[in-house]
Amino acid sequence: MSNDVLVITEHFDGRVADISYEMVGQAKELAGALGGQAIAVMLGSGMADQANTFASDATIYVDDAALEQFNPEAYGRVLAALVAEKSPRLTMIGSTAVGMDLGAWLATKTGQAFVAFVSDIAAEEGNLVVTSNLFAGKMSAEVEPEGDGVVTAVLAGAFPAEAGQGSTAAAQIAPPVSLDGLKTKFKQLHRPEGGDVDITAVDKLVAIGRGIGSEDNVELAEELAEAMGAVVAASRPITDAGWLPKTRQVGKSGLTVKPKLYLMLGISGAPEHLEGMKDGELIIAINTDPDAPIFDVAHYGATSDLFDVAEAMLEELE
Amino acid sequence: MNIVVAIKHVPSLADELEVNDEGTNLDYDMVDFVLSEWDEQAIEQAALIKEASGGTVTVVGVDVIEELDNVLHTALAKGADKAAKIVGDFEPPVESRDQAQLLAEAIKEMSPDLVLTGVQAIDDLNGQIGPMLAALLDMPYVGVVVNVAVSGDTAVVTKEYAGGVTAEYEVALPAVIGIQAASQPPRYAPVSKIRQMAKTAEIEEIEAEEEEFEPAPINKMAKPVAAGHAEMIEGEPEEVAAKILGIIREKGLL
Repeated sequence: MSNDVLVITEHFDGRVADISYEMVGQAKELAGALGGQAIAVMLGSGMADQANTFASDATIYVDDAALEQFNPEAYGRVLAALVAEKSPRLTMIGSTAVGMDLGAWLATKTGQAFVAFVSDIAAEEGNLVVTSNLFAGKMSAEVEPEGDGVVTAVLAGAFPAEAGQGSTAAAQIAPPVSLDGLKTKFKQLHRPEGGDVDITAVDKLVAIGRGIGSEDNVELAEELAEAMGAVVAASRPITDAGWLPKTRQVGKSGLTVKPKLYLMLGISGAPEHLEGMKDGELIIAINTDPDAPIFDVAHYGATSDLFDVAEAMLEELE
Repeated sequence: MNIVVAIKHVPSLADELEVNDEGTNLDYDMVDFVLSEWDEQAIEQAALIKEASGGTVTVVGVDVIEELDNVLHTALAKGADKAAKIVGDFEPPVESRDQAQLLAEAIKEMSPDLVLTGVQAIDDLNGQIGPMLAALLDMPYVGVVVNVAVSGDTAVVTKEYAGGVTAEYEVALPAVIGIQAASQPPRYAPVSKIRQMAKTAEIEEIEAEEEEFEPAPINKMAKPVAAGHAEMIEGEPEEVAAKILGIIREKGLL
């Protein structure tokens, strides 16, 4: 095993995802403490310029037409070969739609430990201490993974991106394994239809979550939003239920918003939601559970019944 | 089409979570278990595939605390054809990595065309059973999936990215698919039907080949220390409403 730290970067639409820089920055620090190298890995096609944007000690850019779009099988094959070759002490991958297909698979294939939901990684006296956010952020666990190497799935926003941005020249290679006979084929991308309001561009959002209870109650939120000159946004359960369109969803699988006001009704603050709104300028949360994680992020909070408060606000505004 | 749904029983987040005396894990004596919410989506997606293209649905899970029957009866009431539980003298927690091992052994025997499971489980460090199952069964894996359509020996799956973008993949079966959300919200199973299943349905018992597992070496588990906390607004709803509007007005946002 080497003392290297491997970072699996990712990109979409020709743009490197921020989480890649976030991980590279931390990898540099960890590799320094462990006495190894921070190695960024990028898989793609026609991404040579973007592969030169990391502050890593070294960057490997694997270029092949089969890697142009994310394909879990093709990416998995290449990464398993690279991990076997480099035998890194630590492999970092994003806890993202891409990383969630690869991290646990890679760990199992290469016989390494795996830690998901990672919010911090430290090197203490040569040992890695990994912090994982379990139970939707209600518990935090610190672990010193055993065995030869560990794969970690890192949460977006865990580390600052700036430290990972640089200009290390990437070494471009062909895939170290054959990518013939893949059972998984990428077909096409679907983009959301335009037409709905762009919630990333409005100043004030009234966001509703599971606590709203039923579809009939969405109207109350709509009325309140209208009275405030705001727009209604939602957490995942609401859009999954079809009560609001996907274009209104805030969070990891939705949109990232930074409004001047984010008024939350009945959202507990699962990590996936926090990822999309934690940088709001004024966050006010109403949720009956005093232990809801959202109160660690919101600026103001109340544990009152959201319907009573919303109705009272509406009454005063009218 | 032989569809297998791998499920996991996880601690309920509806209750206050308590840490054990050593501060190294939950106090599992104080925990109520529920079906992992993403596995509920996987069961629904399996039922939808069966309705669209035929086949049988088998739901299987590791019965860590000997209370899995109700979950399996509910799955049967929602349209699953068969239910199986992996039994043994287990001590919770049995982590995802170990459950994946047990499930892989059981699922191999079932010769599935398609294995569905929830995209994640939030109760241990391993996070995701699906990719582990795929690695152990040597099948392709696509996760964060919000729709599955089967035709012949391929599945067309829709994988979700941020911002409402999705990607379509064609996967040769057999394959493991990690479900983020079914293409329709999970159906409701009437209590009477679940009761009927509890009376009439047979749950296959699969003996675990291994019963003792070492949990991950957790140094410390605790409620996270937040960098900050919201300033809490107390009072009757009218007072809370007035204070909230006051704060918003103060910032010039109304």
